Amino acid sequence: MSKDAILGAIRRGLKRGPLPADQRAMLDGRLATHPRHLIPARSRLPRPEQVALFIRNVEKEFGTVERIPDLAGVPAAIADYLAAQNLPARLVMAPHPELEGIDWSARPMLVREARAARDGDLVSLQHAWAGVAETGTLFFPSDPVRPATLNLLPDTEIVLLRASRIVGAYEEAWDRLRAERQDPLSGGFMPRNLMLVTGPSRSADIEQTLELGAHGPRRLHILLVEDEKAPRMASPEQARAEAVSQPGGPAAPGD
Amino acid sequence: MVQITSPAFKRNAAEALDNAGLQKALGKAKGAFLQRRAAAVAALPEFEALRDIGRDIKNHTLANLDHYLEVYAANVERNGGVVHWCSTADEARAAVLEICRKAGARTVTKGKSMISEEIGVNDHLEAHGITPVETDLGEYIIQLRHEHPSHIIAPAFHLNREDWEADFRRAHTDLDPNRVFHERRDILTEARTRLRQKFLAADVGITGANFLIAETGSSVIVTNEGNGDLTQTLPRVHIALASIEKMVPTLEDATSLLRLLARSATGQDFSVYTTFSSGVRRQGDLDGPEEYHVVLIDNGRSNMIGTEFQEMLRCIRCAACMNHCPVYGAVGGHAYGWVYPGPMGSVLTPSLVGVDKAGHLPNASTFCGKCESVCPVKIPLPKLMRHWREREFERHLTPAGIRSNLGIWAWFAKRPSAYRLATRAAMGALSLLGRGKGAFRSLPLAGGWTEGRDLPAPEPGGTFMQRYAKTRGAGR
Ligand code: SF4
Repeated sequence: MSKDAILGAIRRGLKRGPLPADQRAMLDGRLATHPRHLIPARSRLPRPEQVALFIRNVEKEFGTVERIPDLAGVPAAIADYLAAQNLPARLVMAPHPELEGIDWSARPMLVREARAARDGDLVSLQHAWAGVAETGTLFFPSDPVRPATLNLLPDTEIVLLRASRIVGAYEEAWDRLRAERQDPLSGGFMPRNLMLVTGPSRSADIEQTLELGAHGPRRLHILLVEDEKAPRMASPEQARAEAVSQPGGPAAPGD
Repeated sequence: MVQITSPAFKRNAAEALDNAGLQKALGKAKGAFLQRRAAAVAALPEFEALRDIGRDIKNHTLANLDHYLEVYAANVERNGGVVHWCSTADEARAAVLEICRKAGARTVTKGKSMISEEIGVNDHLEAHGITPVETDLGEYIIQLRHEHPSHIIAPAFHLNREDWEADFRRAHTDLDPNRVFHERRDILTEARTRLRQKFLAADVGITGANFLIAETGSSVIVTNEGNGDLTQTLPRVHIALASIEKMVPTLEDATSLLRLLARSATGQDFSVYTTFSSGVRRQGDLDGPEEYHVVLIDNGRSNMIGTEFQEMLRCIRCAACMNHCPVYGAVGGHAYGWVYPGPMGSVLTPSLVGVDKAGHLPNASTFCGKCESVCPVKIPLPKLMRHWREREFERHLTPAGIRSNLGIWAWFAKRPSAYRLATRAAMGALSLLGRGKGAFRSLPLAGGWTEGRDLPAPEPGGTFMQRYAKTRGAGR
């Protein structure tokens, strides 16, 4: 069988047989503790500057950010944005409790459908699980309330992100993911699909010249909800406690 | 497997230097890569320290590769996926075909994957009535032209805008033949519209993998276009093709390497889409594939372990070495004659296809050392090329002319200061002469591959590219 052939050839090259139990245990220990390596200092900042770094990095990568005071401001912000871009007041939206819980009555003309994206959808409203200040990167773990196609098919993606969900470095996001999520199939924390998104889609394949909107969205617009009156959630344990108390229950682990 | 023309490197290179379109494309493209990388590296003070970390992570993984592969495979299965262990390209192609057949596939979309080129998936599927569609913009036009990528991250590196327009007019015959492409954007829009329909119609999506993560059983792809994500999200079946050295232990390990990858490759801090795939659609999910297969490919890698070429298995395919290589910059990727060009190809190709077929490639170097100095995982590429040269020499595969040139080279190599001086002179000559076509042939230190070889005279019948296209066409 090829598995044995491959493992055998590797071991021959390494001039040893299968690893002895104590060494295997050591490697498994490394997997379980997943030690961090050097983390660039750039994101180690006092809180307001960390959020500012996130915004700067998103804009550097051709995304746009609008800061809004609370969720109640979302409908107006979206309606105004779509009008400014000459887009119809219609969107496909993640069936996420936080989005569904918004009072949309202020903008009755804004047509919303909560589902996965289909071809022909022009605008999506997606829910970000976290943001990473280091590079202005959004984390989108797929689950029933956060379909991955919303990040891909529409020409314009609008993303709701709470400021309290911005961390400095990727490693902080990994720790939160480990603490907050439990995958229903594997029992681990990884969702089927985890997209880290930094700016809108692009290609430089034609003469190494950058063009936005290759196969994915041409516009990435982030609505940043200023939910941080107090210092942000410090530990994953706190985050988990908070997540559980939110609407949506087990269908939305970690949201 | 992709046809190997590496033995004809000298002829390929000479023709590349005579190809005006190619020289124009190379001239335009090269500076952009260098500047972007330099800016990204300058903006991250920890970059040098991260290179050491990247090297160490990969070394640790390779020293324990058997264990991590087993942990990885077990975790893929926990996620509802299937791992297909394949020793050879034949086995891998057969595995892919079988999955596609079981899925009843007629069309298959593909994200960019160099291992797919290496094992020749497309031809195999086509030969069995399944249509593969490349969806990376650069790969798409390469497929329309029946060519191969000339660069590992920018497959259409060798093409100009006029080529794109002409090929699209030729291939998209249902559109108005007199349509005008006012700007590059119009080319992009046409490709986007066309490929969107392919994404929606495909039965199977095939991607590569930049990393495999043992801790979580995930495969990772890194793209800017989003084509890889559409490829693996829309069809019912996702196949990830990955060679065994893509393994890393944890998310933290992958993260450190990701900090190096985009900066070294495109000069971005992070690519637009970095996507971790872990198995099949979960209960209640509204999208995503129902089947997830990893075709895990050795194809010669395990033979490199324990040899001096083990270090090459650290490669994360960023392309910095070729972007900074004066030889690549002068002749482009196709001259190297196989899937992997530039310095990394000059080391990897003889390892994978045999020194008898690719023994000329390690000579395609001025030994200026630039590749090693930019490699994010610190692969000593010049040293490894030197190993190949010595092996080729020992095996007496080398014509007499080269042996004497190698003698000269060895004299320099043993005297570092003289060598540095000479290579610096060679570099100067290169940047000066590289602009005028043909002058490259008389380069002093690269004489080993430009002059000292007794090869058949170039055949008539057009440029290398034209002949290559013809051979490919005939092979279909
Ligand atoms: S050898 Fe180094 S520089 Fe070249 S592609 Fe591989 S990782 Fe990048």
